[in-house]
Amino acid sequence: MYLIKYSLKRLLMLIPVILGITLILYFVMSLAPGNPAVQILGANASDEQIAALEIEMGLDQPIIVQYIHYIMRAVRLDFGTSWINGSDVLATFLAKLPNTLMVALVATLWAIGLGIPMGIYSAVRQYSLLDYGSMVVAMLLFSLPAFWLGILSQILFCVVLRWLPATGIGGWQHLVLPALILGANTLAAMIRMSRTSMLDVLKQDYIRTARAKGASKSRAVLKHAVGNSLIPVITQIGISFAGCIGGAVVTETVFTIPGIGAMLINAVKARDIPVVMGSVIFIAIIVGVINLIVDLICAKVDPRIDLAA
Amino acid sequence: MVQDNKLNLQEHLLDISNLHVQYKTDDATVYALNGFNLQVRRGEKIGLVGETGAGKTTMALSVLRLLPEKIGKVTAGSILYGNDNLLEQNEAFMLGLRGRRISMIFQDPMTSLNPIVSVGNQIMEVLDLHAPQMSQHEKNERVDRILSMVGIPPSRKEEFPYQFSGGMKQRIVIAMALIAEPELLLADEPTTALDVTMQAQILDMMSRLKQQFNTAVVLITHDLGVVAEFCDRVAVVYAGKVVEQGTVEQVFARVRNHPYTVGLLNCIPDLESTAARLVPIPGQMADPTQLPAGCAFADRCIHCMDICRQEAPKMYEQDGHCILCHLFKERED
Repeated sequence: MYLIKYSLKRLLMLIPVILGITLILYFVMSLAPGNPAVQILGANASDEQIAALEIEMGLDQPIIVQYIHYIMRAVRLDFGTSWINGSDVLATFLAKLPNTLMVALVATLWAIGLGIPMGIYSAVRQYSLLDYGSMVVAMLLFSLPAFWLGILSQILFCVVLRWLPATGIGGWQHLVLPALILGANTLAAMIRMSRTSMLDVLKQDYIRTARAKGASKSRAVLKHAVGNSLIPVITQIGISFAGCIGGAVVTETVFTIPGIGAMLINAVKARDIPVVMGSVIFIAIIVGVINLIVDLICAKVDPRIDLAA
Repeated sequence: MVQDNKLNLQEHLLDISNLHVQYKTDDATVYALNGFNLQVRRGEKIGLVGETGAGKTTMALSVLRLLPEKIGKVTAGSILYGNDNLLEQNEAFMLGLRGRRISMIFQDPMTSLNPIVSVGNQIMEVLDLHAPQMSQHEKNERVDRILSMVGIPPSRKEEFPYQFSGGMKQRIVIAMALIAEPELLLADEPTTALDVTMQAQILDMMSRLKQQFNTAVVLITHDLGVVAEFCDRVAVVYAGKVVEQGTVEQVFARVRNHPYTVGLLNCIPDLESTAARLVPIPGQMADPTQLPAGCAFADRCIHCMDICRQEAPKMYEQDGHCILCHLFKERED
């Protein structure tokens, strides 16, 4: 019961966050040079045509009034239509979301699946060859920018080796490279976080207590250390997953995936305010929900976290 | 005297002799134990007293073979437990020994328990490890029984460590250490982190439990008052060696003592004394990375003689009261 209450409270707290984000974004977008009406009609449009469109779009009103109108419509789930192609913002977003979520999910899953065991093993065998190896891998993946890695991997796997398709969506083959590249950063974060956390936990007294009870080293690690070391890592997973959705802007451009990242970047370039606003609101909600899920998982793992309080 | 020891071997539960332990770090080698000798008989309560860094905890960890990996190393000596030299046993043997025949209570109850496992499960793990054939029902009953014995309502076993006070946590740790009814309990400053009333309660409880299970207890402490109250025998540790050993009566009689023990005894406040100040032991404990050739206490000793700086003292013994000091050797001659 308190779980539902807590979740509702957290979701309600998203409202001021979204209001803040949209307010700033709306003003910034409006302040950018150029007239959207001119942009839509083209350079040859007459002044009358432009003025008529401005009135139709509400651009003749003060920005604050425009913003309030926008929010009033958004509350009724009417996020408007694209200024460029007239499609419904919500419908377009929902159509493109699965592509982005799929890549982000696969990216995060492989990064977790590989990164956490690597980090834990590195900590347990500190200063071993594998430890040094995974530290080098983590450092490289942290430092190499995604677009560069993406392009190089396209050259290697798609052009030279011809193993995988370079761009677009379709079968699982299309997912491999984008997910690998998008997850690279998360993998680095997972390795480092779980290693540091595990090293810290292994020094704790309760590990020694477990050993003194007669638990073998591997049992002490698996039963007593892993759970404790994962608490900060779970939080990091949430941050990384949210980062993957934001980071989709780069990978979706490199791999020409029709996802929300590509949609957002195109809308910004075209000053398609309804699409930008809508996408940002939806992404904020997704990130908020992910954070909520992460906190619920943390509370499940760590009894000291009391959600009812 | 050596022959005597051999004859007594049977009744010794634990016989540590000439144990040397070093901690090797990048900067220096710490000589933590330097010829440590200690015998513990079945069912006996022995107090191990000494300053921080004297090697008390190192001794306990050596017995369990839980010295920090790669850093801590036993370089010489033997630890006989019954007839087995623990230093020569394989890990499987040690796993069966730890928690079952020898258990240990660590100093800080606040950090000794896993924060995300319920206390009941943490206690039960000892049974899971050492009595896998026991039915779940029986295990539950054993956990309930030991919890009530240490004064924790069994209904609270589903709760987590953060829901208990420091004293209660220590009692949970003690329950964990005693549930398998071990032959030897190494209690490393079990009351240091607790306030005085709690300390009395814990010691009282340990006494009762000890009687029930006839467990031998090595009580590591730096509180001579606790030793006088709780123990049968005392071993005073200085710079990795037992410098004096005897019954509580022999040591506290203050007839014949190692100068270091005299110093420790002088540090106990006395209600009847009119002295305005306590008498502290001058100086610092010998640097364990650079121990002197002779007696390690020489620099702080008011009776220090030439020979003390050149030669390590030999054991002086009378009625089982052993003192490691040149002072007594000389008088004997």
